[in-house]
Parts: sequence; structure tokens; C-alpha cells
Amino acid sequence: MAVTSPANTGGRWRALSFYGMKTGKLIATVAVTFLGLLVVTFLIGRVVPVDPVLAVVGDRASQSTYDAAYQALGLDKPLYHQFWIYLKDALSGDLGTSILTKKPITEDIARVFPATLELATAGIILGTIFGIPLGIWGAVRQGKLPDQIIRVVGLVGYSAPIFWLGLLGLLVFYAKLGWVAGPGRIDIAYEYSVTQITGLLLIDTAIQGQWDAFRNVLAHLALPAILLGYFSMAYISRMTRSFMLAELAQEYIIAARVKGVAEWRIIWVHALRNAAVPLVTVIALSYAGLLEGSVLTETVFAWPGLGQYLTNSLQNADMNAVLGGTLVIGIIFVGLNLLSDLLYTVLDPRVRRRG
Amino acid sequence: MTQMSTRDWLLSDHPASRRQAKLGQAYRTWSQLRRNRLAMLGLGIVILLILMAIFADMIAPFDPLRGGDLRTARLLPPSWEHLMGTDDQARDIFSRIVHGSRLTLMVVAMVAIIATPIGLAVGTTAGYFGGWVDTVLMRITDIFLAFPRLILALAFVAALGPGIENAIIAIAITSWPPYARLARAETLTIRNTDYIAAIRLQGARSPRIIWGHVVPLCMSSVIVRVTLDMAGIILTAAGLGFLGLGAQPPQPEWGAMIASGRRFLIDFWWVATMPGIAIFVVSLGFNLLGDGLRDVLDPKGEK
Repeated sequence: MAVTSPANTGGRWRALSFYGMKTGKLIATVAVTFLGLLVVTFLIGRVVPVDPVLAVVGDRASQSTYDAAYQALGLDKPLYHQFWIYLKDALSGDLGTSILTKKPITEDIARVFPATLELATAGIILGTIFGIPLGIWGAVRQGKLPDQIIRVVGLVGYSAPIFWLGLLGLLVFYAKLGWVAGPGRIDIAYEYSVTQITGLLLIDTAIQGQWDAFRNVLAHLALPAILLGYFSMAYISRMTRSFMLAELAQEYIIAARVKGVAEWRIIWVHALRNAAVPLVTVIALSYAGLLEGSVLTETVFAWPGLGQYLTNSLQNADMNAVLGGTLVIGIIFVGLNLLSDLLYTVLDPRVRRRG
Repeated sequence: MTQMSTRDWLLSDHPASRRQAKLGQAYRTWSQLRRNRLAMLGLGIVILLILMAIFADMIAPFDPLRGGDLRTARLLPPSWEHLMGTDDQARDIFSRIVHGSRLTLMVVAMVAIIATPIGLAVGTTAGYFGGWVDTVLMRITDIFLAFPRLILALAFVAALGPGIENAIIAIAITSWPPYARLARAETLTIRNTDYIAAIRLQGARSPRIIWGHVVPLCMSSVIVRVTLDMAGIILTAAGLGFLGLGAQPPQPEWGAMIASGRRFLIDFWWVATMPGIAIFVVSLGFNLLGDGLRDVLDPKGEK
């Protein structure tokens, strides 16, 4: 984040052309990255020791059936041609058919994705509303007891295996205390009474006014969301602390203090506003990180989302589905990175000069 | 007498040899690190882990793979005889955790040994040559960074087949990109220095300059970064083990042990809890140590 001198007096036109060039460059970069993602998943798919033809026709098929499937899959063509087919299919939204569910993978992923979205969003909201104030508190009381405690709490978040904490949470809060509902997204009793509109069950039940079901969904969501929230809180509070420390050491803060501005105003208005810009990136990155955390969390909580879809496919050697899911997660990851880059440029005028 | 004089020799302002200067530098770093109590705790945990792995056969009271009497010794709660209880195969959990430390250390060491040279080679080459070499290599690095680490490792293990060796390869493949980035950034500052120009004037070829003169200078910062990553490597390996993709039973891998205890978590809580504590303590140890090292060696770099 090198800060260069402010832009020399260019007009609005120059600013616009700057955005144009920047956008063009970004689009090219993203296109290359997407292509790379496809190459990686394609190559992983080719090194699989599982014969893709057998997976389609079964091991009792006759030689002619086998050959037909072999050709239908395009395996007789050279590798670059196979990649070209893969690329064309992927760009038109066709990631192949799942061996397990017998449905197109794109359809499968669209079906399971809202569950992951709901969980990760709840997690990031919790992580942000606890992480930022804790980080600020740690920065203000640097080196004192609160700072130490927050640091240790964060380190525990970094160090504990998320699936283990999830199991312990289920053991204590579900089995022993009965404070939360068990695995799954919703009790079986409600499963068919809620019409899926957005796929986000909290919103769906609220729209339809089914408050019993809403409470049930909340009871199921609470534990995994708190868990993911804790992990993103560890990261967000640590970064908030270091950004705030950097801001609080600046001269404009001293100037404000000399002027007699109230301390709470210096912290929450002056310093936080400047620290907020890089924080946007941090939040976007940890949102993306929750996708990763969701694979293990969903397995523990039997949460029917993308993570569980991925592990289920893995355990059934459904390579198409595994690679499809990997690709989708990669695309979301790149998308969030891109978004945070763009927000950064919009929010911080100094970055525009960075080129 | 020797105590004081050794210290004076180390802290001398006029080191007589390169070795003395290096040792003096290490001593200063160490005495700074020693003041950080949390980092010392981390170091203690890591040393304990290493000792446990070396002397596993002596420490573990029972065989880690062969269980006791299935009729009487299954799923016993923690007691003086079985410190952490026994699992469903009547095996002593404490002994399994002690032996599991070998697997954990092996994974960490192998990933570091495989991923560090790849990262160094890619990063220094890209940084030294610049131009299209740089663009191509860094694009490839970015593509690997575009996948969340565990997800990419999952896909690789799915392709290669489950097992501890393949898990190590998969984690290594997903670990090198940050090292490449770091090595490239370091190389960019090194390549335009006068001493590199002097070596070039003497007629040294590029590979020789990179391996003989650039890589050694990038080494220390990359090693710090690898230390910082070790907790992450342990957690990824445990995650793969938990999903059944890492070490296969009956090997005492900690993540896989949690997975096997999951089925009877509510009635026999210790089977899944104990290995989790082991993973947690070890990765906390590496995190504390790495944090302390970063504070000492790179005060500005709060990641």
C-alpha cells in the first residue's frame, strides 16, 4: 500500500480514462485467471486413476458400449482438443453430469449453494460486528490486559481445528445443554411446509410469516454460524488492530488531540474512517475464507451446502462434481478478490495513482 | 568466566570472522525472542512435540496399532492406566497420540522441504529475469492462489487417491505460491544492487547468480514465512485426515482419530476430544512461535 503523492490536477476526463484503463487491465487479468482455473481443474481431472468411461457405463458393459462412451466423452481426441471442448462446455454453464445424483452439476450446485451462502453470510456478519470493535479496543489499550486477552482469543481461533470445535459445540450445547438444535438446516417436521423462494431459509420463513419454522432455522443456524463467525473474528480483529495502530500514530490524530477533539470521536470517526478502507479488503477475503471453512463445518453439522456436496462427491469418487465444485469456489474466490480491489479503488483516492 | 566471555564474544562490535558476526546476530535475535513469554511457550510446545516424536516408543505405554481385549478394554474412560481412555478398537488413545506426533512432524517437514524450493525457484527466477518470464510465472502463481488452500488440496487428493503421501504432495502443491511471491519481492530489491552487477561483470551465468547469490539472501525471510505457515499446514493435514483423505487407518493420524471418534461422540466424548486437544496445542505452539519470530525479525510486517 505505497502512498504516492496525490494525483496532479487532472480533470474528470483523465479520471474516467484512468478507470477505463484500469478496468481493461483488470478484465484481462481476470480472464487469464479464469482460464488458468479451468486448466487446473481440467488437468486434475486427467490425472485421475479412475477410468471416466467405466464410471459412466459400469464395468459390465460390452466393448462396443465402452467404445461408444469413450468417443462420446471425447477421449479419443488429442488433449488440447479435449480442453477446448471442456472450455466451451464450462463457458456455456455445462460442467458435466454428476454420477451420484444423475443431474447436471450446475443444477446441483445452484440447489446447494444458498445453504452455504446463508451460513457464510451469518458467519461474516457475526465476525465483523464483533471483530472490528474488539480490534479497536485492542489497539486503544495496546499492550494492556484487554489487548493481551483479545490476542490470545484470536490465536485460539487460528489454532483450533474447526471441525473439532464444531463437534465439541454439538456435544456441549446440543447434546448436554440442549440450547441449540442439532445437525441439519431445519427440523424434518418443517421441511415440506416451507416453500423455497430465495433458498435462504431465514428469509423464506420470515416472508411467509412462519415464525415457528423461523425460530427452528435460527436454532439450527446458531452454532455453525457462531463457529464460522469466531474464525473470521480472529482474523478481522487482528487486522483492525494493526490498521488502527497505524492510523493512531499519524500526525492528523495528534492535530485532532491538540485541537481538543473528544477521544471517542478521534477513535471512532477520524481513525476508523481511514482504517475502514483496507478493512473492506480484509472482510472480503475472510468472506472468501469462510467458503473454505464451510467444507469442514458443513460435514460436521450435516449442512446441505456446497461443502457437503463436495465431500459427498469425493467419497463417492464423483470426479466431475468435485471439479465442478472446486471450479465454482475458485470463481467466487476470484470474484470476491476482484470486488475488494474495485472497492479499494473507489474508496481510497490515493490508490488510483498506484496503477 | 566462560559464560561472560562467550557473551562478550557474541556481542562484540568488531566481529573477527563471518561466523562470529552471524552467531552474534543469532544471539541478539534469541535474546529478544526470549523476552517474549508467549513465544517461549510456543517454542516449548514445539520442542516437546519433537521430543515426543523421537522417543515415542519409550513414552507410549501401549502399542498404538494393536488394541487390548475387545471384550473388556473398549471405550474405557480416562484413568491412571489409560490416561486418555481407549477407543472402539480397545487401543490406548494416549499411545496413539504420542505416535501420531511422528506423522504430524513428518507432514510439516515434508511439506516444508517440497514447497520451499519450488517457491524459491519460481520467485527468484521471476524476479531476476523480469519481463515475460515474470508475467508468466506470476500468473501461474496467482492461479494457484485463486483456490482456497483446502479446496485445491481436496481436489488433488481426490485425483491422486487418499493416503498420507498424496496428502503431503497436495498440501505442498498448494503451499508454495506465497513463498514464490515473497522470494520475488526480495529478488526485485536484490537484483539491481552493485554486488550482483559485480558478479555479472565477472561473467557469472544467470543460474549461478540466482542459486549462488540471490537465493541465499531470500532464504531467511522465506524460512520465517514457512514457520508461520506450519500451523496452517497442520490444520490442513488434520482436515484432510478428518475427511478420510489423509493417513489411512489404522495409522494414528490425529484428524482421522477425531473422525473415527465422531460416531460415538455423545456417549464416549474422549475418543474425539483428546486428538483435537493435541492438534490444537501443537498448532497453537507453532502460531505463538511464529508470531514471536515475526515480531523480532520483521517488526513492520503484521501480515
